[in-house]
Amino acid sequence: MFRIALFSMLNRRLTVVLAILTVALSVLLLVGVERLRTEARNSFSNTVSGTDLIVGSRTGSVQLLLYSVFRVGNATNNIGWDSYLKLAHDPRVAWTIPISLGDSFKGFPVLGTTADYFKYLRYGDEQPLHFTRGGMFRHTHDAVLGANVANKRNYVLGQKIVLTHGSGDGALSDHSDQPFTVVGVLAPTGTPVDDSVHVSLDGLTAIHEGWQSGSASILSTTGIYAADENRAIPPPETITAFYVGLKSRTSLFSYQRKVNQYREETLMAIMPGVALSELWQLMKVAEQALLIVSVFVMVIGLLGMLTALLTGLDERRREMAILRSVGARAWQIFLLVMGETLLLVSIGILLGMSLLYLALLIARPILRETYSLNISLYWPTRSECGLLLATLLAGAVIGAIPAWRAYRMSLNDGLSQKI
Amino acid sequence: MQDAIPGQTAALIQVAGLEFAWPGTRQPVLHIPSFSLKPAERLFLHGPSGSGKSTFLSLLTGIHLPQAGSISILGQNLAALSGGGRDQFRASHLGYVFQQFNLLPYLSVIDNVMLPCRFSRLRRERANDVRAQALHLLERLDLLTVRNKPSTALSVGQQQRVALARALIGAPEILIADEPTSALDAERRNAFIELLFECAEENETAVLLASHDQHLATAFDRSISLAEINHATVNRHV
Repeated sequence: MFRIALFSMLNRRLTVVLAILTVALSVLLLVGVERLRTEARNSFSNTVSGTDLIVGSRTGSVQLLLYSVFRVGNATNNIGWDSYLKLAHDPRVAWTIPISLGDSFKGFPVLGTTADYFKYLRYGDEQPLHFTRGGMFRHTHDAVLGANVANKRNYVLGQKIVLTHGSGDGALSDHSDQPFTVVGVLAPTGTPVDDSVHVSLDGLTAIHEGWQSGSASILSTTGIYAADENRAIPPPETITAFYVGLKSRTSLFSYQRKVNQYREETLMAIMPGVALSELWQLMKVAEQALLIVSVFVMVIGLLGMLTALLTGLDERRREMAILRSVGARAWQIFLLVMGETLLLVSIGILLGMSLLYLALLIARPILRETYSLNISLYWPTRSECGLLLATLLAGAVIGAIPAWRAYRMSLNDGLSQKI
Repeated sequence: MQDAIPGQTAALIQVAGLEFAWPGTRQPVLHIPSFSLKPAERLFLHGPSGSGKSTFLSLLTGIHLPQAGSISILGQNLAALSGGGRDQFRASHLGYVFQQFNLLPYLSVIDNVMLPCRFSRLRRERANDVRAQALHLLERLDLLTVRNKPSTALSVGQQQRVALARALIGAPEILIADEPTSALDAERRNAFIELLFECAEENETAVLLASHDQHLATAFDRSISLAEINHATVNRHV
């Protein structure tokens, strides 16, 4: 019986191949979108890991997350250095990473921080930052580039770069009097770190001396500040935010409360995981729309296959009559058509998945470089298997229609060869 | 599915008081008080197209069941079998030849011939060595040289002979042919009937051949007209 089904399909190979391709491409799209969605969400929610709290001036938690992690938008207010020191010296705190934002370099945000940034910051699956070239900044005018910044124009170690005051197109003027030296390049992380230029807090303080008014003073343009690399730099007056790692997660809420109730300044502490999922909710509509579209593509694909099968069935009436005449039972005719549909869908699913892995293999480096999206290759997850199973079930339901028709036909037509 | 009970007249096919109307219609198209086919008999059933010949044959093969009356084949009342049972019964005891388009286009000639043995264990066992018997039949029907060709490559006459081989493999008791020669010209028609008889005789298979072509009747043991045995009043004008 199986042999007959196989030869029968080979006889109609063009239709069969087209039906398989329809299913395969639908599967490719459906699972591809699902995977991209999951990966985007994963890579998104793994932007920060290992950080228990992020502290900034009081605003919305999503907004704090946006500027402190994604360098999007601006802080409404800064944190005083004194407040930072007080909160950082709390006995529950294991480490802190102060960050100071505001300047830019050719559109990339400049982040002022301390050496602890490279020591404690984690992303993805608790992974630390790595240098591909050079190392941490040691002098006031050293800079460490994120992977994308370095790749963009192939910056080499020792190269001088000039930061811009402010960010975006409306950036005011360059800090051309105090160029920075590239001393290190970070490995790609798939997070906003790749797009950042890292300098020391001292470096930021240094280039802003005499800029209190918001633009370069006459004194600062003379270049005397830049002259001495090792002169003492006063601590910064303010920072934008700081990341906190606690000794024990049990003190999370008590420390968060302490920050939120801090008297001298209105501050807030957010848990990055919670804020990230809040932010992701905003994108969920688009994400789900994408999934719905690909589900519809799958439905259309299956309906296309149904059309092909039903059309083919009329041409196969003679075949059915012959099979009945040599003793095939009506239910065997049902199985013949049903089995054929299921086989088509199964092959389509396998082909679609193969195409998906092939596409991922090819697109991986491109996605990583262009969109900082890290797509790892793994076997189908449970939810993907669910989608595939749903496809197979839908295929079975759809296959039952022509199979039932063939069954009825073979009962009614019997041995008469209606053509 | 056993042989006829001893003592009974061992008719291969025994029809009594048969009435059949298509589902949804009241008027019976067939009302046949009596009809029989004896072992190894060659029976010619004459009827113009539309006279209900094919309907009658579909009843004899157990595709449809009559509303009244009984059809016994080899002593087995068809109505007593389930749908699947009738299919099985047909596979084991009946060979069937269509007017044309008998062959599955995607199977080779020899695979087409061996087809009934896939569906019936009885015919598989009777054929003993299925392939050997298929080859023997093909040789008998002068088809040995084309045995591995796709069936689409054959002429109409060759195709009908392949269908004959297929209907006879595994020695079924009855061969039913529905207008098997209407696609053939007169000369090949007679040759075909001759071959059919020879092969049927070797297998001791009874032949029931239905056709509108009265010329064929002379070669048969017995000839009946469907119009004579069918007492249904409708559709007589067709």
